Amino acid sequence: MTIGIVVFPGSNCDEDIRRALVDELGAEARFVWHKETTLPAVDAVVLPGGFSYGDYLRAGAIARFSPVMRAVRDFAGGGGYVLGICNGFQILTESGLLPGALMVNRSLRFICRDVYICAGESKAALSARLDAARAFRVPIAHQEGNYVAEPETLRRLNAEGQIAFRYCSSGGVLDEAANPNGSLENIAGVCSPNGRVLGMMPHPERCSSEALGATDGAEILRAWLATR
Amino acid sequence: MAPETITPALIEDHGLTPDEYQQILAAIGEEPTLSELGIFSVMWSEHCSYKSSRAYFKHFPTKGPRVLQGPGENAGIIDIGEGLCVVFKMESHNHPSFIEPFQGAATGVGGIMRDIFTMGARPIASLNSLHFGAPEHPRTKYLVNGVVRGIAHYGNCMGVPMVGGEVHFDACYNGNILVNAFCLGIARHDEIFKGKATGLGNPVIYVGSKTGRDGIHGATMASEAFDDAAQERRPTVQVGDPFTEKLLLEACLEVMRTGAVVGIQDMGAAGLTCSTFEMASRGGTGMEIELGRVPTRAAKMSAYEILLSESQERMLLVAAKGREDEVLAVFQKWDLDAVVIGHVTDGERVRIRHHGETVVDLPVHPVCDGAPIYERPQGQMQPPTLPNPHPEPIHDANRALLEFFGTPIFGDRSVVYEQYDHMVQTNTVVRPGADAAVLRIPGSTRGLALTTDVNARFCRLDPYKGAVLAVAEAARNLACVGAEPLGVTDCLNFGNPQNPGVMGQFVQAVKGIGDACRFFRIPVVSGNVSFYNETEGTQIYPTPTIAMVGLVDEPRADVSGAFVRAGDRIAILGSSRGGLPGSLYQLWRHGGISGGLPAVDLEAERRVQMVVRQAIGDRWVTAAHDLSDGGMAVALLEMAVRSAQLGCSILSQPEGLTWEEWLFGEDHGRVLITYHGENEERLFELAEQFRVPFEAIGRVDEGRVMIPAVRVDLEWSAIHEVWRAGLRRVIE
Repeated sequence: MTIGIVVFPGSNCDEDIRRALVDELGAEARFVWHKETTLPAVDAVVLPGGFSYGDYLRAGAIARFSPVMRAVRDFAGGGGYVLGICNGFQILTESGLLPGALMVNRSLRFICRDVYICAGESKAALSARLDAARAFRVPIAHQEGNYVAEPETLRRLNAEGQIAFRYCSSGGVLDEAANPNGSLENIAGVCSPNGRVLGMMPHPERCSSEALGATDGAEILRAWLATR
Repeated sequence: MAPETITPALIEDHGLTPDEYQQILAAIGEEPTLSELGIFSVMWSEHCSYKSSRAYFKHFPTKGPRVLQGPGENAGIIDIGEGLCVVFKMESHNHPSFIEPFQGAATGVGGIMRDIFTMGARPIASLNSLHFGAPEHPRTKYLVNGVVRGIAHYGNCMGVPMVGGEVHFDACYNGNILVNAFCLGIARHDEIFKGKATGLGNPVIYVGSKTGRDGIHGATMASEAFDDAAQERRPTVQVGDPFTEKLLLEACLEVMRTGAVVGIQDMGAAGLTCSTFEMASRGGTGMEIELGRVPTRAAKMSAYEILLSESQERMLLVAAKGREDEVLAVFQKWDLDAVVIGHVTDGERVRIRHHGETVVDLPVHPVCDGAPIYERPQGQMQPPTLPNPHPEPIHDANRALLEFFGTPIFGDRSVVYEQYDHMVQTNTVVRPGADAAVLRIPGSTRGLALTTDVNARFCRLDPYKGAVLAVAEAARNLACVGAEPLGVTDCLNFGNPQNPGVMGQFVQAVKGIGDACRFFRIPVVSGNVSFYNETEGTQIYPTPTIAMVGLVDEPRADVSGAFVRAGDRIAILGSSRGGLPGSLYQLWRHGGISGGLPAVDLEAERRVQMVVRQAIGDRWVTAAHDLSDGGMAVALLEMAVRSAQLGCSILSQPEGLTWEEWLFGEDHGRVLITYHGENEERLFELAEQFRVPFEAIGRVDEGRVMIPAVRVDLEWSAIHEVWRAGLRRVIE
């Protein structure tokens, strides 16, 4: 199992996700420089968090034009598994690989703290391996995580089971108090119609180690690895 | 630019005294060019030359078995074993942050990070010690928001977690806020780089952002007091681009691995000037530079402007001759400008040409080390008096405690630190909000603990004791997470050194830091002095900020300063004497501070810290929290609000103290601990063995804080509510 981790100029969670996947979960990983035009032989691709191109213009707006993104689009088009975390999620929506957009948080501020998310029933490939009722404690760290979509898109996402994660209370209740950034319907992550391209704002790689006293993220990443 | 005559007015505009100008003439033997005058102006400024402070650094202990690099380089380095070392420093960015809070604070963060990675270390954590004016001052909200957003803007993009620090408010900072930025990096011993230019003929390479007209004379600006025209100085504040710095960080660490780098230094204060002269000075060499090759952002920049620009995100690098291409290729990969602008020479002179014309030809040493060293007259400040010596007596301690705890001084800091990415790099074990942050060390089972501390009110009453107590408190905070101190870096923030009262404060504080560090055997490995923190003749309280780094054998997320379990017992280690002078309670009650500080007992302090460290290491305690701001009452409330709705019942009595002294006294050398009842005897014995007073005061309870001796009975939710609101009121 080899994961390709794309490194954009300004990525800053590339090493963190490597550490979680390789050191904690025993996968193999290799970094893919954004100027590459092809992907090496990998089983899945991660677009990590950070500030690709400084998030200038709009988060993810410039990264979508990176040479490597054409290869990532082809990979996804061929049924490949792609996980975008935080800035990676923003790049996926900017690239049109996932629907909707991530606007600035309701508070207009950067927010870094633990939140709870639940997977619910969705066609995201990892959902089958996660307890749908469980609230996972996972940190967020973003200024643009406020998920929006056209009403029609939102209806389709709900109908087709493309909502992979929602913000919830520690007891698993979906309410406004549990929504950290103003996202529509508490959406924290969405997936493609085939369930294989997944974007999420929370950072599972930040809570994947006993040494940090937080391991809920390891369960999410383990479920993702197992979908291959 | 046409040759300009050097007039007395021009000299004064450059912040040089007539005497200093005579010394320049004597050192170089001729009249300087305008560019040369500009170089002396910044290199001999207080900010760069430490001319008023340098004579007193001898009071600091700077050596120790673990010290690999003491003061004098871009940052200090301490060995932590396993082939690893930590590289750290703290720097002030006070003046620019007051003038333009967002960019001032942002570039402060950027500057200190460059100091760390220029030495070959990857920055893994930042701290910030912030002092603002009174919460109700009309500019405070704007300044807090600007500074916090600036720090977040820069640090978050860099991917370096901001794991802790402090946010203080006091009217003495109304006209001069303090922004002290700390950064720590980690490296292997064999990866360390220094800012030295060696090897005749080796190419000198400029890398990073293009040079613009921003920040010209920033260092000189930071060496003057403010008047009402301070706002007109916005052009002296630099503008930061964290994205470029992130590229610069990765590119520099990558180029260092090629083996083609001989020396490297960031361009911070005094930009290209400082880096060329300092690198030559450290290498015992000279340099020849052609300014025409420097990438510029604006057309037709003069030599003077290029030399003195403080544009951010730039480095100067000396490569091994013949390996330029390897170096340039790495920067090209990261889409950064990198240009050979000169080479290393012998003769200890720096010659700078602009399109072939010589604009600077100066000997290195007068510029770098020739600034006069002043031992300015020292005096004493008038002791402060209480504006309201006899306030109405308080009849309801319950209400008073809630009101006191609800002031912004104690308010929940999460509204600040949640704007900082404090978890990136996935090393943060104990997050912001505790006595000290704890990180795991990549590639090791051990951890690092970091804190910044200073109580400026104590320093105002007694600069010597206040400084001693700042060191003691920092060490105590580290003990509360089980850490052994490794080293100190400091930011010494003071008023105008030409005021004998201020100079007296400064020298006393330096002696205090030196004596305390010597006592605890903690070396001072780097630091910074910021004078002229005064506006229209009103100076800040002396504020010698101490940042301390410690080592933890086993980093644990489960011991922090919060109640953990109902039924745990609570005890105070150390003696309570009810000291109120300089306390926050005195300030709150009387609108000011006054009085003398009692003798500082460092031996007692050390013993308390040893007991706490051992008790944490042996897992005999469930929580530990340092007693400082607001005394016992505030410490108990803090442990309550940080917990899941736990409170306490305090059964002891204010024996021999007034109820106010008992609740709010800020005696040093005390720590609150909680523990399971079954460990009480062994804890008591441990304390006895170290002759540390052990006072069992009560137990952890569900849902409320009760102190029957003073009829305090508060619901957890009420305490939590005022705590949540305290600082948010100021910011939102």
